[in-house]
Amino acid sequence: MAAIEMKHIDKVYDDGFHAVKDVNIDVQDGEFIILVGPSGCGKSTLLRMIVGLEDISSGDMVIGGKRVNDLAPRDRNLSMVFQNYALYPHLSVYENIAFPLRLQKMDGAQVDQKVREASALLELDEHLERRPANLSGGQRQRVAMGRAIVRDADVFLFDEPLSNLDAKLRGQMRAEISRLQKRLGITTVYVTHDQVEAMTLGDRVAVLKRGVLQQLATPRELYENPGNLFVAGFIGSPPMNFVPATVTGDGVELPFGTVTLPDEKAKAVEGKDLLIAGIRPEHFEDASLLDENQRASGSSFRQKVDVVEWLGNETYAYIPFEAPPEVQQQLEQLEKDLDGESMRTQVVIALDGASRIKEGDEAEIHIDATKMHLFDPATGENLTVDLDNAGIVPANEASREEVPA
Amino acid sequence: MKGKMGIQHWLGFAVILVWCLLPVVWIISLSFKSEAETTSGSPQFLPKEPTLDNYREILKDSDFTHALINSFGISLIATFLSVVLATLAAYAIARLDFRGKKLVLSLALAIAMFPVVSLVGPLFDMWRTVHLFNTWPGLIIPYMSFTLPLAIWTLAAFFREIPWEMEQAAQVDGATSWQAFRKVIVPLAAPGVFTAAILTFFFAWNEFVLAISLTSTTDARTVPAQMSFFVGPDPFNPPYSQLATASVIVTIPVIVIVLLFQRRIVAGLTSGAVKG
Repeated sequence: MAAIEMKHIDKVYDDGFHAVKDVNIDVQDGEFIILVGPSGCGKSTLLRMIVGLEDISSGDMVIGGKRVNDLAPRDRNLSMVFQNYALYPHLSVYENIAFPLRLQKMDGAQVDQKVREASALLELDEHLERRPANLSGGQRQRVAMGRAIVRDADVFLFDEPLSNLDAKLRGQMRAEISRLQKRLGITTVYVTHDQVEAMTLGDRVAVLKRGVLQQLATPRELYENPGNLFVAGFIGSPPMNFVPATVTGDGVELPFGTVTLPDEKAKAVEGKDLLIAGIRPEHFEDASLLDENQRASGSSFRQKVDVVEWLGNETYAYIPFEAPPEVQQQLEQLEKDLDGESMRTQVVIALDGASRIKEGDEAEIHIDATKMHLFDPATGENLTVDLDNAGIVPANEASREEVPA
Repeated sequence: MKGKMGIQHWLGFAVILVWCLLPVVWIISLSFKSEAETTSGSPQFLPKEPTLDNYREILKDSDFTHALINSFGISLIATFLSVVLATLAAYAIARLDFRGKKLVLSLALAIAMFPVVSLVGPLFDMWRTVHLFNTWPGLIIPYMSFTLPLAIWTLAAFFREIPWEMEQAAQVDGATSWQAFRKVIVPLAAPGVFTAAILTFFFAWNEFVLAISLTSTTDARTVPAQMSFFVGPDPFNPPYSQLATASVIVTIPVIVIVLLFQRRIVAGLTSGAVKG
């Protein structure tokens, strides 16, 4: 059991690539923290620096109050589950799990007891004598976890442990990992590129982009108060819609019409001109399904619906729009950062499953303006963020500190 | 493979089988013939009166048994040292990035291509000066240097196939680099280690040129060299049955070793380590 403090961690590879830039993360004792970001964002590198498989270029890595920068992996007492499991193929499942204990020269009876405990917890009892080669993906995954938990490690580290499993199994194992972590109460750092895993598993989530920490917050904070355009686009599925917005007095003009902003948001963007508005798909609704009260909290507009996908419980509707070049450019860059394809500019709207809107219909759509965020198109900064409920946003911390000076 | 194998396939097999095994069968057959039979004008394929006399006699021959002991000793020691050194060297080559890595590899290959015969002269002089002539080390050292390159190349290829994560996992699990190497990497590279061992053993076991040139007595002479001294009393009638018997006896260990290890070579041990 231990807390992890990462202080100004930097990683520069021999070829000059700056993989991790000045990352500060405090992981509380017993906390489940997720490092998430698109490929190449430095999340795995950061994890490997925690475990000691990668040297730290500068900064301090403090685990359980001890600076571990110069310690070998085996002296850090951490356990790790690798992306491809890294089971020892020449050993049985039993010996795979027992491996760390054997290295500690633990006596046979104790090893046996610990291995049996772990295998019971992971329901591996009937597979103990088998070889990893004869196991299914999910079973291998469990063996890898067994090897991690059998030792009383201070911290668990997971490096994209579910990315090799199929969708159904992934869901099950996700719940399994969550249950296990709650039960054992051990500090856990989990790397993933999947925002669903990040949202469902983490006590707090650290979003990284190109080696820079973007925001460190609870899943709810990330979802409701993303610190910048990148986080907003990364968290949520289907992703947040970004549309150009021109500030007009107490509201903003969107490609579909003018939306009146609540006071505090209007104040935050006062004097700005062209912005990017971020609206989550579920903050749109088919106006015909709303009552008077609900209609009051936003604006409605009529728009032709391009494509409709009915999923039963909800309906996705797509509405294309035109964006001015400045916004277009920023959105394209964002797509690239998110590992996506640069697609046509359109908004995705999640409507109630009861909605009867059909393809090609001109429908009345309602926007909930209280949930809307406005981003600076040049910096990507969220101008309407509620900083008290947004966890840690390093970019804003920096600017906050600069103000009084 | 589709369908049953036709008659022509079996015929082909039979031809190849006869082609390959006929000389072997001939030697075995010879070893059971009495000397009188082999020297008679018109020998036949199978022995008229099969006898074990040749075997009895040759095992009583102290020169031959000495040579057999030398062969075993020298081959096993050369194999062991060669494999141990090659394993360490190949691991370094596969895992570490150091200056001159390419040079080491190409130098090793160059040595393997060097004709053995061209070294006999210089080695003879050298060994005489340093008193290694006609000793076990005098043969073990050149055998090692000729088999190391091949062993290093084979093993380096095996080590490269083993995912890095295996060692990293071991290190995180609390192993030192040496423990990770010994408990995880070497067992995984076992097929490679056995392959290298067998190749090395065969080379040392069958080698003739160095064995005959760098020895003078049965102190260090190996079986292939010793066999050239089976001349018998009549220079025009070499003791064919004796020679054949010696050949059969030296071949037995080779066959036993191959049978023992072939399963280990074939088994791909790394399967199941990582998601395939």
